[in-house]
Amino acid sequence: MTTPLAPASEDTGPVPTSQVELLRFTTAGSVDDGKSTLIGRLLHDTRSIFEDQLEQVEGVSRRRGTGELDLALLTDGLRDEREQRITIDVAYRYFATPKRRFIIADTPGHLQYTRNMVTGASTAQLAVILIDASRGILTQSRRHAFISTLLGISHLVVAVNKMDLVGYRREVFHSIQAEFRNFAQGLEGVRTLSFVPISALKGDHVVERSRRMDWHEGPTLLELLEIAEAGTRRDRGAFRFPVQSVIRPNANFRGYAGTVVSGSIAAGDQIVVLPSGETTAIHSIETADGPLESAEAGLAVVLTTHHELDISRGDLISHAQDPPPVGSRLAGDLCWMDREPLEPGRTYLLLHATRQIQVRVDRIVHRVEIDSLGHEEADTLGLNEIGRVELSTAAPFAFDLYRTNPATGSFVLVDLRTNQTAGAGMIRRRLDTVRRVSPGAVWQEAAVPQAARESRNGHLAAVLWLTGISGAGKSSIARDLERLLFRRGIQTALLDGDRLRHGLSGDLGFSDSDRAENLRRSGEVARILFDHGAIVLAAFISPRRADRERVRGLIPPERFFEVHVHAPLEVARARDPKGLYRREREGAVGSLPGSRGLWEPPTAPELLIDTTRATPAEAARSIVVRLEEAGILPPDSAQHPRREPS
Amino acid sequence: MTRRSRGHLAELENEAIWIIREVGAWFERPVILFSGGKDSIVLTWLARKAFHPAPIPFSLLHIDTGHNFPETIEFRDRFVRDLGLDLMVRFVQTSIDEGRVREEEGTNGSRNALQTVTLLDGLEELNADAALGGARRDEEKARAKERVFSHRNRFGQWDPRNQRPELWMLFNGRRQPGEHFRVFPLSNWTELDIWQYIQHQEIPVPALYLAHDREVVRRGGTLLARTEATGPWRPDDDVSVRRVRFRTVGDATCTGAFESDADTIEAIIRETGTARVTERGGRTDDRRSEAAMEDRKRAGYF
Ligand SMILES: Nc1nc2c(ncn2[C@@H]2O[C@H](COP(=O)(O)OP(=O)(O)O)[C@@H](O)[C@H]2O)c(=O)[nH]1
Repeated sequence: MTTPLAPASEDTGPVPTSQVELLRFTTAGSVDDGKSTLIGRLLHDTRSIFEDQLEQVEGVSRRRGTGELDLALLTDGLRDEREQRITIDVAYRYFATPKRRFIIADTPGHLQYTRNMVTGASTAQLAVILIDASRGILTQSRRHAFISTLLGISHLVVAVNKMDLVGYRREVFHSIQAEFRNFAQGLEGVRTLSFVPISALKGDHVVERSRRMDWHEGPTLLELLEIAEAGTRRDRGAFRFPVQSVIRPNANFRGYAGTVVSGSIAAGDQIVVLPSGETTAIHSIETADGPLESAEAGLAVVLTTHHELDISRGDLISHAQDPPPVGSRLAGDLCWMDREPLEPGRTYLLLHATRQIQVRVDRIVHRVEIDSLGHEEADTLGLNEIGRVELSTAAPFAFDLYRTNPATGSFVLVDLRTNQTAGAGMIRRRLDTVRRVSPGAVWQEAAVPQAARESRNGHLAAVLWLTGISGAGKSSIARDLERLLFRRGIQTALLDGDRLRHGLSGDLGFSDSDRAENLRRSGEVARILFDHGAIVLAAFISPRRADRERVRGLIPPERFFEVHVHAPLEVARARDPKGLYRREREGAVGSLPGSRGLWEPPTAPELLIDTTRATPAEAARSIVVRLEEAGILPPDSAQHPRREPS
Repeated sequence: MTRRSRGHLAELENEAIWIIREVGAWFERPVILFSGGKDSIVLTWLARKAFHPAPIPFSLLHIDTGHNFPETIEFRDRFVRDLGLDLMVRFVQTSIDEGRVREEEGTNGSRNALQTVTLLDGLEELNADAALGGARRDEEKARAKERVFSHRNRFGQWDPRNQRPELWMLFNGRRQPGEHFRVFPLSNWTELDIWQYIQHQEIPVPALYLAHDREVVRRGGTLLARTEATGPWRPDDDVSVRRVRFRTVGDATCTGAFESDADTIEAIIRETGTARVTERGGRTDDRRSEAAMEDRKRAGYF
C-alpha cells in the first residue's frame, strides 16, 4: 500500500468505544405493549439518536398532535407501518454503551408474524420479552418466550412495561413475575431468567434508575443487557469448518476458504472431510494478515492441507477424532415461512451451512399449537406454523444437532419453483442408523442407480421386515411370498435369521448386544440388496423395538414395511417347529423372546398378520396386495381382475 | 504484517468476509459498487481479505454523477490502482445525453435520484447478477429492514413487503434469469465501526473526510462546498471560509460539509462517538419527505 492520504492514527487520547463485545438480542411483545417506545427509549437514553432524527420525530409528533414525544416513531421503519402504525418486519437497530455494542432484532408481535420472530431469534443471544403491566401476560409474550427457547436462546429478560399505568406497584410486578416463572418451567434450555419493572414512556429503569420504583433493587434493563453472557460458547464445541470456496490463485496454492463456526484448529491437526470421509492434516492457516498457528471459532480463514484432496464448497471439515454424524434422514423442528403451505413428498432445496441438497419432507410428526404449546396432528404446515418433521435428503451430508451446534444444526428450505425461502429448521435428531464409517473409507455412488434397476425390473425396491416370536410363522410366510413373487418375475432376496447365523453372523450369540449386532448387519445387507432394486424379505425375531427402528432408519419410509407376524405364545409353543421352546424348558438354550425373554411387539406395524387365522399362503397373498396398493408392484391383472365399480 | 482485530470489529469483519465469500459462491458476475467513499473503501478492503491470496473476483463499478469532488475521484483512481483492481465508470451525464433520464430543474437540482437509471443500465451492461454495496442499516430507517442479500426483480426494484427471511448465516441467492441481488456486507456496521476499522487497519481515505479550510455556502440549512457542479455562487449566497469536513463524499450538490476540527481519524472517531447529526442528515435529498429514502430504494436506488 501507499502511504495513507489521511494520517492514520496519532496518539491523542482514548477513542470513545474501543473494541468491545457485541451482544445481539431480540425484542417482541403484543401490539401496543410498547416495544417501539422501549427501543426508542433505549436509543434515546444511550444517546444513539441524532439531532436530525430527533427533530424529524418531534416534527411528526407535533403534526400528529400526540403531545408527548413519540419515541416509537424512531423505529417504525417503512411507510406501510407508518400508515398502519405497526411494525411489520424484522428491523435491526444499533446502539452502544462504553461496555458493549448492541444489535437489536426488532420483531413485531402479531399472530401472523411468527416467521419474523424466528428470523430475529436465529442470530440472537438474548431475548427481551415485553409484558404490559396493565394487561398481564398475554399469549404473545408466551409465544415469544417459546420461540426464543426453540431457537436456542438461553437468556430471557422479562421487561414488565407501563408500570406507570399501575401506579408503580410492586405487587403487580411480583405477581406477573411469579406467573411467568411458573410458565417458564415448561420451557427448555433457559439458563438465565431475569425480570425488570419499567416504564418505557417515562424512562423508569430502562437506562436510568427510577426513584418511583426504588423497591426494585435489581439491575435496570440496560444493566441486564450489559452483564448478560455474550459469548455463544462456540469455542468449546467440536471443530467445524464449512468450506465456502476453493481459493486457487495459481498452480502452487490451493486453499479452502471458510469460517471456523465452532471449536478451534491448529496447523498439523488431523482432519476429516465430510461426507467423503477422506482424511489429511492441516498444513497452514492463512489470512490476508499473515498465517496463523491456530484459529478459534468465529475466524474467517483459508486452510491448506498436506494432501491435495478433492474438497469443494459444501464439504464440512472437522477434526479426525471428532467428526459429526453423516446421514440423510433427520427429524427437526420446522417453521414455515411461505404463503404456500408445506407439501410433504415434494422436493425442496435444503441450504445447510454451505451445502445445497434436494430434500423431501416425509412426514409431519406433529404441529405445535403455539398458544397452548400442545401438539396436534397435521398433514401440512401453513405460514407461521411450527412443527416437528422428518426429512430425507437426496445424498448423505454431515450435520450436528441444533442444540450442540446451531451453525451446523440449522437449515432453510427453498421452494424450487419460486426460489422463496420457505422454511427454517433446527435439526433435533438423526434418523439414520448410527453408521460408522471406517477411517479413510470413501463413499462411492452406485455405478447403476437404483432407479435404473427399478425401471428395468418393472417394480420398485422395498424392504419387508417380518418380525415375531419364534414359531409365529415368519419364515413360512417369507418363503411362500418369495415363491409367489418369483413367479411374477419380481427381483427378490430372502434374509432369514437362521441362515444368516450360518456364516455372516456365525460369530454372534444371543445376548442383547449380539442380537443387536446381528440385526445391524442384517439391516445393512437388506439396504444393499434394496439399493440393487430388490424386494427384500427379511424374517427375524428382532425382539427389540430400537433394533427394528434402526433398520427402518436405513430405508426411505414409503419403502419399508414392518410386518408383525403374530401368534399367541401358547400357539407358538405348541407349534415349536425348531424345538426351541422345549430346549428353553430344558435349559439348553437361554430365554426366548416372548417366552422367558423380552419381546417388544411393534406399536405401529405397516401390516399385522395373525397366523391363527390365515395360512402362510393366504398371508403371502395379502402382502402382495398390500405391495400393489402401495405402488411397489404393478397391479397383477391375471390374479386380481379389476372389480367392477359398484 | 498482522492486524488482527478483536471484539466487535473482529466479529463484524468476519461476518462481512463470510457474506462476501457467499457472494463469490452464489453468483457468476458480482460487481462492487465503488464510489470512493469510506464505506465502499472498507467493503473493497474486506473483499481483498476474503479472497486472499487470490485477487478479488469481482469488477468495480462507479456511477459518476458528474457532481464529484475532484479529491474523491483522484483518490478513487489511486486506491483502485494500488490494489491492482479494474474500475468501470458509467456517467449519469451519458444517461441524460441519451435522453434516458431528465435532469431535475431548480436550484435544489440533484442528480442523486438520476443515478438509478445509470446504475441499472451499468449492471445490465456488465450482465451483473449481484451488486455489492457499502450501505449500512444504521444509516436510515428503511435500510434497517433491508436484507443482507436483497432480491431485485427484473426491473431492479425492491419489494419491502416480500423480502426473503434471512436466518442464521444462511443466504438464499437463487434467482430467475434477469433478476439480481444487492448485497450489503456492512449491514451491521455503524458509522463509528467504520471509522474504528479504518483506524485499526490503517486504510487510506479521501482527505475530504478530515477537517480543512474551505470556502462554503449555506443553502437550506446545509453547508455546501463550491465545485464545478454547484456552479458559481449566487448573489444572495452566504459565502464564507470555514474549517469543515464531510461525512459523505458523494454528490457535491447535496452533500453537506460541517464545521469541525477533526483532522485525524482519531479525532473523527471521537467526534463520531458524540455526533449530533446523522451522516445522511447532511444530505438534502433524503429530507425532502419523510419517506424519501424508501421511495428511492423501491425504484432501485443503491
Ligand atoms: N403509559 C405508558 N404508555 C406506554 C409505555 N410504553 C409505551 N406506551 C404507549 O403504548 C402505545 C403503544 O406503544 P408502541 O411502542 O407503539 O407499541 P408496540 O406496538 O409494541 O411497538 C403507545 O401509545 C405508547 O405511547 C409506558 O411505559 N407507559
